[in-house]
Amino acid sequence: MRSLILRTVAPLIVGLMVLFSIFVLLRGHNEPGGGFIGGLIAVAALSIYGIAFGVETVRRAIVFHPLAIAGAGLMLSTLSGLVSMVFHVPFMTGLWIYPVILGEEVPLSSVMTFDIGVYLVVVGAVTSVALSLEERGED
Amino acid sequence: MAVSSPPVDLSAALVLEPVAALDWLVILPVAWCIGIGAVLMMVRHRTFLHPPIAVAALGVLAGFDATLLWHVAQNGPVTMVMGRWLPPFGIAFTVDLTGALFALIAAMVALAGAVAAVTDINDSGRRYGFYPFLMLLMAGVSGAFLTGDIFNLYVWFEVLLISSFGLLVLGAEREQIDGAVKYGFLNLVGTTLFLIATGYLYGIFGTLNMADIAAKAGPLRETAPLTTLVALFVFAFAMKAAAFPVNFWLPASYHTPRIVVSALFAGLLTKVGIYALIRVSVMLFPLERDDLSLVIAAVGALTMVTGALGALAQTDTRRLLGYLVISGIGSMLAGVALGGPGGIGGAVFYALHSMVVMTALYLAAGLAARLGGGFSLASLSGLYARHALFSALSLMLFFAVSGLPPFSGFWPKVMLVKAALDGGAGWLAAALLFTGFLTMIATGRLFLLAYWRPAAAAAPSGQAAVPATALLPLIVLTAVSVLIGLFPETLLGLVQQAALTLDEPSAYLHSVFPAGSAP
Repeated sequence: MRSLILRTVAPLIVGLMVLFSIFVLLRGHNEPGGGFIGGLIAVAALSIYGIAFGVETVRRAIVFHPLAIAGAGLMLSTLSGLVSMVFHVPFMTGLWIYPVILGEEVPLSSVMTFDIGVYLVVVGAVTSVALSLEERGED
Repeated sequence: MAVSSPPVDLSAALVLEPVAALDWLVILPVAWCIGIGAVLMMVRHRTFLHPPIAVAALGVLAGFDATLLWHVAQNGPVTMVMGRWLPPFGIAFTVDLTGALFALIAAMVALAGAVAAVTDINDSGRRYGFYPFLMLLMAGVSGAFLTGDIFNLYVWFEVLLISSFGLLVLGAEREQIDGAVKYGFLNLVGTTLFLIATGYLYGIFGTLNMADIAAKAGPLRETAPLTTLVALFVFAFAMKAAAFPVNFWLPASYHTPRIVVSALFAGLLTKVGIYALIRVSVMLFPLERDDLSLVIAAVGALTMVTGALGALAQTDTRRLLGYLVISGIGSMLAGVALGGPGGIGGAVFYALHSMVVMTALYLAAGLAARLGGGFSLASLSGLYARHALFSALSLMLFFAVSGLPPFSGFWPKVMLVKAALDGGAGWLAAALLFTGFLTMIATGRLFLLAYWRPAAAAAPSGQAAVPATALLPLIVLTAVSVLIGLFPETLLGLVQQAALTLDEPSAYLHSVFPAGSAP
């Protein structure tokens, strides 16, 4: 879309939305949010970027093919479930570590890596659909 | 903020004893398929990597399933609850002999399909994602066979359905889209009915764990409309399995995709419907199944006879085989209707046989098309002169699907006919035998026209070579069918044991709720 206004504000909006999507992803553990909705917000950001600058720019910006991103997310989620094999607990059991980073205790868990996997699956799969639809529209 | 060792009694909510290493086999088939599917998605542009990865992965899957079957045969049903939560709150994967047998045969069929696809699916098909879809389909199929939670069963149905859409439109030709729309729409109706029934079930029972449902069904019989509920489930699963009045989606779609995809669908998809029907109607609601048995028997008889008659009328080999798939479903429904170890065992045995033989038949139809120049019986001819070994394999498969000894189709048919006669349902036994007769005529006609008839002027003639990857799966599947036919004792024993466990699921219940922990 040849719109100067959109092209000017798009990088700002897109940056904010991606940041917000990560916030929603991490917030999801105890409050509304999570990988699925966070992923959808990120897809919305990428779509706006695509509308403003074209599909090719988005493809270059995300480096990997969207479906490869989805595959990596699926892998991460599966591995998060399989980690529990090492600890002799059932599949998908939530496992936690509490490293102290810069004097602050940061709880990290396999639940979070699973959710990050979900985020990547949604980003990859839905972006793939959105980009192909936009590509058809440009023809 | 975080509490490392909370002072609450965790044993009320969590499984605290460590999980035995062998119990991981319950979930590994599913996790493995999803993981390999993810790897294949990541390397989707390096299509030369897909066949070796997928074939090796499915070989490992078959190994997992075989070990699981051995484990279950030795130690009875095995349970693992996801995320450590105690059942019925945590989602339980519970595997008994029925599930393990189905999963093993499904893995073998998928492996054969993956090998056959090396030559049948070209580079563009791989780029469309044949192998990732195949792995995700197997995740759905394995999950459906291994889960012990009815809503989770629904989720695996969705997983395999979505993967099957992808496989169905591989290549995106006009005819395929047409078939996919019919297939997709009618399957979504079936799945939605399944979901509605599951909603009712949850409303009545307040639980989705199958063992919990089986245990709680007794006292609820007085007050809850269980027969209605089971009728809804039976209808949904009959639609999935392509039973008589709701089977028109199958002949409308199974001839459109690549032949390997048809072969996998014929071997896997309808059988998942039959498995779910057996699980719900036999194990969870045996008394309601008794009430509905006449309906199921009538549907089964009509399905098998109309399927066989449909096969007689077809001139396209793929459509003909589609009707034979339907006809086989009728025989399995007859087993479900008859009930008891004989009927259920016969249905399970027939399903296992049908998975192997129908996949092999579709692969044979693909090879026949490659050798004889098409799927139409009008032009297909002279195959015997083209390739004698292939013709011999096909003939064995035709005998097997008709239920002649000494092939795998014979024993389940014997079990079913005997169960029908013992149960006083002579008409059902007659329908079973008549179907076998019609199937024999249909396949005999196919053999006569396509194999024995001298090659037509337009058809290619002379000896022809076939790539090993196309012939090998056919040889192995036929060998499995012959071995089951010649040495049925092991499988018969397993199947009868499986039917007994379904009939009297106390071992299954005990596996989910060890003594004293019942809710």
